[in-house]
Amino acid sequence: MDKTQNNKAWFLVLPVLVLVAFSAVLPLMTVVNYAFNDTFGNNRFFWAGLEWFEQMVTSSRMHDALGRQILFSAIILAIEVPLGIFIALNMPKRGFWASFCLVVMALPLLIPFNVVGTIWQIFGRVDIGLLGRVLNDLGIAYNYTNNPFDAWATVIVMDVWHWTSLVALLCYAGLNSIPQAYYQAARIDQASRWAVFRYIELPKMKGVLLIAVLLRFMDSFMIYTEPFVVTGGGPGNSTTFLSIDLVKMAIGQFDLGPAAAFSLMYFLVILLVSWVFYTVMTNLDREEQK
Amino acid sequence: MAQITLKNLAHSYVPNPKSEADFALKQMDHVWQDGGAYALLGSSGCGKTTLLNIISGLVRPSQGRVLFGDRDVTDAETAARNIAQVFQFPVVYDTMTVRDNLAFPLRNRGMDAGYIAARVQDIARMIGMEEALHRKAKGLTADAKQKISLGRGMVREDVNAILFDEPLTVIDPHMKWELRTQLKQLHHQFGHTMIYVTHDQTEALTFADKVVVMYDGRVVQMGTPEELFETPAHTFVGYFIGSPGMNFFDADVTGTRARLGDAVVDLGAAYGPQTGRVQIGIRPEHAELTAGEGLPLQIQRVEDVGRHRLLRGTIAAGEINIVLPEGTGIGADLTHVRLRPEKINLYSDDWRVTPEGRAV
Repeated sequence: MDKTQNNKAWFLVLPVLVLVAFSAVLPLMTVVNYAFNDTFGNNRFFWAGLEWFEQMVTSSRMHDALGRQILFSAIILAIEVPLGIFIALNMPKRGFWASFCLVVMALPLLIPFNVVGTIWQIFGRVDIGLLGRVLNDLGIAYNYTNNPFDAWATVIVMDVWHWTSLVALLCYAGLNSIPQAYYQAARIDQASRWAVFRYIELPKMKGVLLIAVLLRFMDSFMIYTEPFVVTGGGPGNSTTFLSIDLVKMAIGQFDLGPAAAFSLMYFLVILLVSWVFYTVMTNLDREEQK
Repeated sequence: MAQITLKNLAHSYVPNPKSEADFALKQMDHVWQDGGAYALLGSSGCGKTTLLNIISGLVRPSQGRVLFGDRDVTDAETAARNIAQVFQFPVVYDTMTVRDNLAFPLRNRGMDAGYIAARVQDIARMIGMEEALHRKAKGLTADAKQKISLGRGMVREDVNAILFDEPLTVIDPHMKWELRTQLKQLHHQFGHTMIYVTHDQTEALTFADKVVVMYDGRVVQMGTPEELFETPAHTFVGYFIGSPGMNFFDADVTGTRARLGDAVVDLGAAYGPQTGRVQIGIRPEHAELTAGEGLPLQIQRVEDVGRHRLLRGTIAAGEINIVLPEGTGIGADLTHVRLRPEKINLYSDDWRVTPEGRAV
């Protein structure tokens, strides 16, 4: 085979390579560098091996943060996914109110994260916040700055407020792609409302639901800005999630070595879970094509 | 099972219909006999599917009542009507196996498991899918899916009626014939009222005891295949049934004679004075070539369509199609066409006129 060899094409991808190198590869390598070395300043490094990793894996501080993080992701998935499906099922399918609902639902998604945090920080304040003040005037002792349960409730309700729309909109799109004939056939077959959901709506939403769960898992597992703005990780460490803890460690205490090891493991966990999801999704697709 | 009565029924998709043109279904009164096999025939957009959906309750009519037997079901939910319907395109429950798909309507009615298993087996045999019962419905071909839809339509024995909305569109031709035969067999066996929507006249004429022809939102004729062929009630039925359709010529009619331009044709029956646009209609099968009797004919071309030949020509009043029986030659002396008087129908403004008396 006389195939023309022309390596000039490589020059065309060079700009992208340079860009990616500076934006992703070099910073990542810096982190890797910190994770395996110790330094006392002046850019002098000493090989530390796996010491930081061992320290982090056995650290109870990290275990607690990871536990809180998993609990948080589990709770918001358990609330947002069923709630999103429920909202999507009850949204009007066409006409003015359909457009109205879509716009209203999309609004929270358009607000910058730190603004969401600030809104809820003020909303929940006991002295001036609409929510905090009203609850206390009603005799419910609510204070997210000194009660861990209230802090958790605030952060979770905030996330539900911010992100349920995403699940609902994805499900809504899935539901709208179901041809009317399926509902008609179900009526002919005398199917109950539950059977319609179980055998028609849920299977058709499966694809978008998996995407919704994946997105919500990744985002919630990496959450930083909103709880940081509202509670700052407090009271105590009760809402200190992984990324908040990471930032405290890295730029609060300036423990760059452990923080770097920590962030690499954090990254790997997210990568692993996303990979599992991706594999499950592609396998489902393949099964469907059989 | 029940007789289905449509009383003053009409339907419009416009909220406040003003003129008759706004109605997808014009006002109609019809009775569908219990146990009849009906074919609903008409071109696309004439209201066939609307009528079917009104009977099954998927669409609520703008006016009039629907009765099953003596029971008024106009406001009843589809599920409460206990009716089966098969749609044009396959609808299967993807996540279920073929077996569960077929069992679904029975399970929804809470039948006992033994009965369901036996019934599903019967239906699977009928649609030729016994081997595929354990498979997921998702990966099947379109015609296999449609067979499942058909099977689901037939699985309940106690339904009031089974409605088919062009169910064989996606099925292979050889399978089409087989399934149609099976539907017919099923009808003989269980005596369900069956309504079969189609725009294919062969399908309609082979399936049904009675054919209902719809045109522009109206039922123009309800009759046996023979009635539709010999005495179409409307020019549309004449055009639509038969291949090719009926020949129509404008005519002046007095008594038993029709004047077509300069020529005069015997009608075989006497008619009163007519108003509006008057036409006579004659089937291509009922016109014959002659050596001198009848109307002068110019032959344009002859097509061989298999079992017979089709002659296309012109007479003074317009174009005419003639079906030539197999084996007849076309000699140079055959220059005229004779229209058999007893087979001529008369139409005034597209509707058939009943003769006042047979000519002697």
